[in-house]
Amino acid sequence: MMISRKGKMVLFVLLLSVVFVSGCSTVPKPGPDSQPAMRQQADLVPEGTRLDVEVYDPLEGFNRGTYRFNYYFDKFLFLPIVSVYKFILPDYVEDRVSNFIDNVYEFNNFTNNLLQLKFKQTGITLARFAVNSTVGVAGLWDPATKWGMHRQTEDFGQTLGHYGVGHGPYIVLPVLGPSNLRDTTGLVTDAVAFSVAGPPAWVDDDDVTLAFTALTAVDRRKRIPFRYYGSGSPFEYEQIRMLYTKKRELDIAD
Amino acid sequence: MRRWSAIILLSLLLGFPAAVIAADKPYFYPYVNPLEATVMELPSYYHADIPDKVPTKTFSLTVFPDREIPKVFWYEDGLDFSLVYQKEKAPLVFIIAGTGARFNSPKMLNMQKALYQAGYHVISITSPTHMHFIVNASSTMTPGNLYEDAKDVYKVMQLAMDKVKKNIEVSSFHLTGYSLGGIQAAFVSMLDEEKKIFDFERVLLINPPVNLYTSVNILDSMLTENIPGGINNIDSWMDEVMKRLAAAEKKMGYFELSGEYIYKAYKRFPPREDFLASLVGVAFRTDSSNMVFAADVMKGGGFITPTDVTMTNSTALTPFYIVGNRTSFKDYFEDHFVPYFRAKDPSLTEEKMIKMLSLRNIEPYLRSAEKIGLLHNEDDIILAPGEIDYLEELFGSRAKIFPTGGHCGNMNHQDVVDFMVNFFAGQDG
Repeated sequence: MMISRKGKMVLFVLLLSVVFVSGCSTVPKPGPDSQPAMRQQADLVPEGTRLDVEVYDPLEGFNRGTYRFNYYFDKFLFLPIVSVYKFILPDYVEDRVSNFIDNVYEFNNFTNNLLQLKFKQTGITLARFAVNSTVGVAGLWDPATKWGMHRQTEDFGQTLGHYGVGHGPYIVLPVLGPSNLRDTTGLVTDAVAFSVAGPPAWVDDDDVTLAFTALTAVDRRKRIPFRYYGSGSPFEYEQIRMLYTKKRELDIAD
Repeated sequence: MRRWSAIILLSLLLGFPAAVIAADKPYFYPYVNPLEATVMELPSYYHADIPDKVPTKTFSLTVFPDREIPKVFWYEDGLDFSLVYQKEKAPLVFIIAGTGARFNSPKMLNMQKALYQAGYHVISITSPTHMHFIVNASSTMTPGNLYEDAKDVYKVMQLAMDKVKKNIEVSSFHLTGYSLGGIQAAFVSMLDEEKKIFDFERVLLINPPVNLYTSVNILDSMLTENIPGGINNIDSWMDEVMKRLAAAEKKMGYFELSGEYIYKAYKRFPPREDFLASLVGVAFRTDSSNMVFAADVMKGGGFITPTDVTMTNSTALTPFYIVGNRTSFKDYFEDHFVPYFRAKDPSLTEEKMIKMLSLRNIEPYLRSAEKIGLLHNEDDIILAPGEIDYLEELFGSRAKIFPTGGHCGNMNHQDVVDFMVNFFAGQDG
């Protein structure tokens, strides 16, 4: 545990330095001969129009720094680990791991469906956990979905949104990627609830929890096909920011 | 287009049992509507029987060693290309990707697999309209000029060959490309007649436009004519898309971002014609705004970005994104592209340049070059009325035209793949 805390500290300091070195200026710096562009927003968009792509992002300079950090983290550490993982394990085993992890995290789906008073979804989640933990052999298989009980994902960010909390400033989290103040609060709350009252507390073994957390990180990254700048767009940051914000609105509205 | 189709296509995979279609069955394509054929991917039932994985290596080229890449493109570091290789001596096919597509886009991967299976090495080249190519490998940094782009592609092919020559043994060279890459292949082939570096044996143009300007304007109008209120209303259009997804979710009881799900939703709530067209239009505009931004920044700005400014990795690009999305290809052509080339050659007018960017402009060559073949669809949405007849007449027996398939929608169909592979082997039809 000591080592991991030290590791976290190192990572944190490293990250901070990246963020600060990259500075916080977000406006293009004009040189002495700078001329305005032929085509400008002011001429093309009616005044006072608020566009979806203009997501509230007061920390943009820092966020872009973190985005860049994530690009390198992904390229030089995260993805290589994922490919080693994929090389070692047969696909069949990887799928069992994914199912197992999803089953453990039904805890958060359960609490958040309950908090939003979605009783039907809460019931489905409970039934899924029961079925998959028994018939599905400790969650390694997912017979519940085959029987028509689909996963009812809810997190605390959605719960906050459900009760009217706005998304707040956009935040790019180190390693985890796009978020905002509401969803980051949700993420932390879910994580605390999970470790205090959820499966880690039932197991009560730090080493097991640590191994599980690491495995979860690798499994989640494996399941996300996204590659930084694989989209071929110089506006990837803008696109991700808008899609994330829209997607969360949709998640909350359901 | 490719991003949407990648998502949508994925979903289709589980709906149909895998099967191989008997070779002598007449061509059948499940989408009669050319927009559906273009946007929706082919159900796996009709897929060509190709391997899942083929031996592939990715390389990076430094095309201009002295070029200083602007800091705003901090993630760009050399032009990537891929080699799919045989162990033995074999013929090699170069593929040029379509508008805004990379060397490893889904369509490119499928072609690589089919050609590998048929015994070819394959080198895949990113489209000259892709940011990655503009920043790293374009000499004019003003994409769209088929003559200039052909020179750039030809140079990249030579550098790529130098890079891989110790890995493979090549017996002969072939060339192909789809969509914009198809028309580019024709111009590259013509350049090769003069330089003779590869001396291509066979060249296949897949779903090329006849006239670049005509086709991009067709694609552009799909956006302007099918989004009520035009581009400044794109947010409400987007909201409608999201609402539809939400409605589908409510009716189906769950949501997941998977191909299977989108296919199910598509079957239960078939989209309207104008919606499909707007999807094509939006996808094209996205690709073109990426291109315009990269081209403008590389040339020092002035079009959609200010001149003489420093942009870094922390610069907010949102205003340029907004302007880029409101810039049609016509705007780019008239206000950026033509002025640039006219500054080099004052005799060039808009009209002249429009004529230049066409297969008609190299018609005598295409008519006489026995090595060049055409693979097209009668209902391709990027062609203007009469153009398919022109192509049929121009290429005669060297043209293979399928009745349906839209724009590149059927490229992974067994019959189409069979034709492509047989073409390089020298067996027509």
